[in-house]
Amino acid sequence: MARKKPTSSADRPAPGPLRLHVPEPAARPGDDPDFSHVRVPAAGVSQRPPIDASEPELRAYAEGLVRVLGDDHRAVGDWDPQLDADTLRRGLRHMLLTRIFDDRMLRVQRQGKTSFYIKSTGEEAVSVAQAYALREDDMLFPSYRQQGLLVARGHSLVDMMCQIYNNTRDRLKGRQLPIMYSVREKHFFSISGNLGTQFPQAVGWAMASAMKGDTRIAASWVGEGTTAEADFHYALTFASVYQAPVILNVVNNQYAISSFQGFAGGEHATFAQRASGYGLPGIRVDGNDFLAVHAVTQWAAERARANHGPTLIELFTYRAAAHSTSDDPSAYRPEDEFARWPLGDPIERLKQHLIAIGEWSEARHEQLVKDLDDQVRADLKEAESYGTLSTPPASPSSMFEDVFKDMPEHLVRQRREMGY
Amino acid sequence: MPKMNMIQAINSALDVMLDRDDTVVIFGEDVGYFGGVFRCTAGLQKKYGKTRVFDTPIAEGGILGAAIGMGVYGLRPVPEIQFADYIYPAFDQLVSEAARLRYRSGGEFSAPITVRAPCGGGIFGGQTHSQSPEGIFTHVSGLKTVMPSNPYDAKGLLIAAIEDDDPVMFFEPKRIYNGPFDGHHDRPLQPWSKFPQSEVPDGYYRIDLGKAAVARPGNEVTVLAYGTMVHVSVAAVEEAEIDGEVIDLRSLLPIDLDAIVESVKKTGRCVIVHEATRTGGFGAELSALVQEHCFHHLEAPIERVTGWDTPYPHAFEWHYFPGPERVTRALKKVMEG
Repeated sequence: MARKKPTSSADRPAPGPLRLHVPEPAARPGDDPDFSHVRVPAAGVSQRPPIDASEPELRAYAEGLVRVLGDDHRAVGDWDPQLDADTLRRGLRHMLLTRIFDDRMLRVQRQGKTSFYIKSTGEEAVSVAQAYALREDDMLFPSYRQQGLLVARGHSLVDMMCQIYNNTRDRLKGRQLPIMYSVREKHFFSISGNLGTQFPQAVGWAMASAMKGDTRIAASWVGEGTTAEADFHYALTFASVYQAPVILNVVNNQYAISSFQGFAGGEHATFAQRASGYGLPGIRVDGNDFLAVHAVTQWAAERARANHGPTLIELFTYRAAAHSTSDDPSAYRPEDEFARWPLGDPIERLKQHLIAIGEWSEARHEQLVKDLDDQVRADLKEAESYGTLSTPPASPSSMFEDVFKDMPEHLVRQRREMGY
Repeated sequence: MPKMNMIQAINSALDVMLDRDDTVVIFGEDVGYFGGVFRCTAGLQKKYGKTRVFDTPIAEGGILGAAIGMGVYGLRPVPEIQFADYIYPAFDQLVSEAARLRYRSGGEFSAPITVRAPCGGGIFGGQTHSQSPEGIFTHVSGLKTVMPSNPYDAKGLLIAAIEDDDPVMFFEPKRIYNGPFDGHHDRPLQPWSKFPQSEVPDGYYRIDLGKAAVARPGNEVTVLAYGTMVHVSVAAVEEAEIDGEVIDLRSLLPIDLDAIVESVKKTGRCVIVHEATRTGGFGAELSALVQEHCFHHLEAPIERVTGWDTPYPHAFEWHYFPGPERVTRALKKVMEG
C-alpha cells in the first residue's frame, strides 16, 4: 500500500461522533457456533525453551499455543513430557473421576439434596495435569473450578460430598457454600467466593517460601473473567517485583457466567500476553491437551524452583457445562458450541492417545467408566449416611466457633442468647 | 527506664518482635530502606535484613493479599498501610479474606497479620490524611481493632497484636506520635518525654488486647474515648471542673465491657468521644452497649461528641476536630440531664 502524503489537520474531514465499542461474541443462541477467530497451530511446532530464558525471549509463547497431541493422537515435539503409560492411565482415571463426580453432584443438586454445585466439565486436564506436574507439597490456591486438583491428590470424595451436603461430617461445619473446599493436608487452600483474592495470596505464600529458603512453590488459578479484577494485577506486580516462585494460571474457558472473554479484554490480546508488561513470561497452552498442560506446568515449576521467577500460564479451554447449577447457558450462547470447540474434549483426546500407543482400549475404557461410576455411587451412599442439607449438621452452637482463635465474650453472650 | 515517643515505642515493639520471632516480617510502602514516612520502621531493615523488612509496590490490596498468603505459610506479617485513609483498596482482602479465613476453613487456615495504619486528624491532613475508619473494621466479624493513646500502651499493645493469632487492625493516631495532643491547637505541643507514659521498657512486655485503662479516675460522669480523644477528654474534664472518669478503651474489639459497665454504673452518666464521623460510627455501638447494660443506672441520655458527618475538611480543621470545648459542652449537658 502506497503511503499517503500526510495532510494537515485543516484538510482532514471532521470526524463523526464518537462510538462506544461494546464487545459481542461471535455466536448467540440460535446461531451457528463460530470459532473462526481461534487459531489452532499444529501440535509439536513449539520448542520447549530453557527454564532460565528471559521474558523477551519467551514473548512468542504468549500468543502461540503449546500443543503436544496431534490430530492422529500421537505426542509430538519438544514439549512431549514423555510420561509413562501408567501415569497417563492414572491421569485419564482422575479426569474421568472428576467428570463422573461432577455429573453425580449435579444430579443430587437437582434432587434438592444440596443447594448448589459447579461443574468443571471440559476443563479436567487443567486441574489433573497441573496437579501431576507439581509436587505433592506445593501449595495450591484454586478457584472454585479446580476440583480435579483434589481428585488428583487423592482426596476423599466422601469428604468432598460431605462438604457439599453440609452434613455432620462436613469438615467446614456447615459454614461454607458447597464446593468451597478447604483441605489443609492436601495443601489445597480454602476457596473464597470473592474472585481473584487467592492470586496475590499465592504470591505472598511463594514469597514466604523464598524468604524461608524453602523449596516449595505455589500455584494459583483464576478464570479469564477474573483477570479484570485488581487482585490479578496486584499478583502479577508482586510476583514480578519479588520474582516469587509461583505459577499463575488463567483458565480461559471463554465465558465468565454469560460474558464471553471479550469482556475481560480478550478481543485485543491473549491473557498470556498480559504477563509481558510485567516482565514475566506468559505461555499459552492447549488446555484440553493433557500432555501439553503437564509439560508447560512442569516447565514453569522447574523455572520457579530454580529461582528464575514466576510464570503466567493461559490454559485455553472451553467451559462445556453451565457456569453453575443456577445458570442456563442456552440463554446466551449456542447450545452445541462445545461439540464444535476446535480443541475437543480433554478426556477423549487422552483416551485416544492411549489407544493410539497401544496402552488402552475401548473395552478397558468402558470398564473404567463403570468402575468409577460404581465408586462414586458407593461414596455418595456413604456421604449421605452423614446427612444432607435437609438434615442439619452439627449443633448450631458451632457457628460461633473459629471466628477468632478464642471466643471473645461478645460471642459467648450471643451464643447464650441463641440458647447454647 | 528509657523515654520514648509513640514512634520510638512502635519501632521498639517491632524490633523486639523481629528479634524474638523469626516468622515476624515487616513490609509496606517506604518502610524498608527509608524507615517509613513516620520513621516507625527506621533502622529495622539494616538490623534484620531485606527479607525481614522490605519495601513494597504502591498497592494496598497487594500488600494485604500477600500478607495473608505469608500468614498461611506460617509467617507473622506486620504490613503497614501508609495512611488509614488508603486502606480501602485492601478492603476486600481484609473483610472477605483475613477476617473470615479461620471461620470459612473450619480453623484449617488463618491469617495472623497485624495491619498497622496511622489514623486520625488534627494535622491539617485534609480528606485523605485524617480519617478514622476504625468503625468500619469493628463491624467486620473476625477482625480485632486496637488504637493506643500513649507510647507505653503502643508498644505493649503492638506486641500483643503481633503475637495474636487473629488478624488485628492496629490504628496509630499520628497526631500523638510526638506528644499528647489535648485539642488546644493554639498551645505548643508538649513532647512525650514530659509525661510518665513515655517511660517504656526496652525489652519485651505486652498489654493484653480487650482491656481498657482508666486514663483519669472520677465519679460524676464516664467518658469513653480512645486514641487522641483520650487526651482531649482528660483536658475537657479538668476544664469543666467535673469529676469525670475517662476510660481509654485501647481495644475496640474485643471490647472491655466490664470496665465500661462498672464505670457507668458508678457515675450514672456517659459521654462518648471519637474523631470518626458520627452516623454508624463506633460510638453508636458504645452507646447501645451502655444503654443495654446500664439502663437502670443512667441519670441522663448518653451523649456523643464526634466528627461531623462530612468528609474531613482542610481549612475547617478545628471546626471539625472534636476539641475540648465541644467535649466540655457535652459534659455539662449530661450533668444537667
